[in-house]
Amino acid sequence: MAEKEEVKLLGIWASPFSRRIEMALKLKGVPYEYVEEILEKKSPLLLALNPIHKKVPVLVHNGKTILESLVILEYIDETWKHNPFLPQDPYERAQARFLAKLVDEQILSTGFGSMARADEKGREVLTEQTRELIMNLEKELVGKDFFGGKSVGFLDIVAGSLIPFCLERGWEGMGLEVVTEEKFPEYKRWVKNLEKVEFVKDCIPPREKHVEHMNYMGERIRSA
Amino acid sequence: MADEVILLDLWASMFGMRTRIALAEKKIKYHYREQDIENKSSLLLEMNPVHKKIPVLIHNGKPVCESLIQVEYIDETWPRENPLLPSDPYQRAHAKFWGDFIDKKVNVTARKIWATKGEEKEASKELIEILKTLEAELGEKHYFGGETFGYVDIALIGFYSWFGVYDKFGNMSIESECSKLVAWAKRCLQRESVAKALPESEKVTAFIYQCLGLE
Repeated sequence: MAEKEEVKLLGIWASPFSRRIEMALKLKGVPYEYVEEILEKKSPLLLALNPIHKKVPVLVHNGKTILESLVILEYIDETWKHNPFLPQDPYERAQARFLAKLVDEQILSTGFGSMARADEKGREVLTEQTRELIMNLEKELVGKDFFGGKSVGFLDIVAGSLIPFCLERGWEGMGLEVVTEEKFPEYKRWVKNLEKVEFVKDCIPPREKHVEHMNYMGERIRSA
Repeated sequence: MADEVILLDLWASMFGMRTRIALAEKKIKYHYREQDIENKSSLLLEMNPVHKKIPVLIHNGKPVCESLIQVEYIDETWPRENPLLPSDPYQRAHAKFWGDFIDKKVNVTARKIWATKGEEKEASKELIEILKTLEAELGEKHYFGGETFGYVDIALIGFYSWFGVYDKFGNMSIESECSKLVAWAKRCLQRESVAKALPESEKVTAFIYQCLGLE
C-alpha cells in the first residue's frame, strides 16, 4: 500500500543549492510542492524549519525536515532507491563526497570571492585559485560523459548547479572568461552533456535573468 | 585477502581522533603513522595532493581524505560491527546535519581563541553559544545518537581534549557553562576507543604553548 507522499521544497530561484534539490527530485520523478523564498524577507515557515542557519534549501518530507543541500541529496537517494545517483561502491562514494565538498567549500569560496572582492588584484588571485581547483574536476572527467559515468550522478548535480549554472553566469556578467575551452576541454564537454539532460535543463535558472541578478549582487557587494 | 589500513595523522588533531575512534569501534587493525606538519612526507603529499592535510586514511593503497568522509567510509566498508550511523534515512540526515554543523562552526571559532590576538573574548562567547546549541541537541540523551555512540559523538568528542586550551586562552570555564556537554564527554571517555584516541588535555595545552613559543 503506497503511503501518500508529501514533499515540500523551500528554495530561491537563483540559489544553486535549492536548484540542485529540484534536479534530484526530478531525476527520481518525485512530485513536490515548491515554495519560493525571498532572501531579504525570509518567511516565518523557513525561520521555523531552519532556525540555526535560516537558509534554503529546506526539504519537508511527510512532516520531517531535512536541511543542508548535500545532506538532502543523500537523503533523497536513500529514500527513493530507484535511479540511484550516488555510486554503490564505498570508495567511489568517498571520492564523490570529497569532490562535492571541494566544490561547496573551496570552489564556492574562491568563485564568489572572485566576483565579490572590491580590488581587481584580489579578484584576479581568487580567479586563478578557482581555475586551479576546477582542474581537479577536469581530471576526474577524462573518459567520462558525466562524473557519474554514463549518467548524471551526485557530483554532476552538485558541481553543475554551482559552477556552469551559477558561477559562470556571474563571470559572464563581469565579462570574464574563467574556464576556457583550451585549458578545460573535458569540463566544456561535460557542460554540453549536462545541458542535454531534461531534468537538469528544467532546473537551471533562466539565463538572462540570472546573469543580471549575479551582476547586480556582485556590484552591490563590491561597492559595499 | 588481508586489508591494509594506514592512517596518516597528528596526535593532537581532533579530526584525526575521529578516524582513530571509528577504526577502533570497528575493531580494524591499522598502521598509525605520525606526520610532521612542518616537514610533510612524500606519502602525505602523494595521498592528499589537493589539501596536503591529515588525517589521510589509506585502504589497500587508496586514499580517503576528510575526517567525516573517512568515518562514513569506515562505516560503509565494515558495516557489521558497531554501526556508526543509523540505518533510517531521516536519522542519518539528522546526524549528518549535526556533523556538518560541528565542522562549520566549532573549529573556525575555537581557533580564534588561541591562534589570534585580540579576538579571544569575542570568539570565546561565540564558542560557548555553539556548544550550548550542541548541548540543546544532546538534551537528556546518553549520546547524541541516543543509546548508541555514533557519528555525531565521534565528530565532536576530539574537541574535548582541546577544552583546556580554549579555557586558558579564552579565560573561561567551558565546564561551568556547559556542564551537560562535559558530562557527555566524560561518558564518551569511558569507551576504550575514545580513551585511546584522545590525548590528555594538559599535553595538548603544553603543545599549543610550545607552538606559540610561550613558556
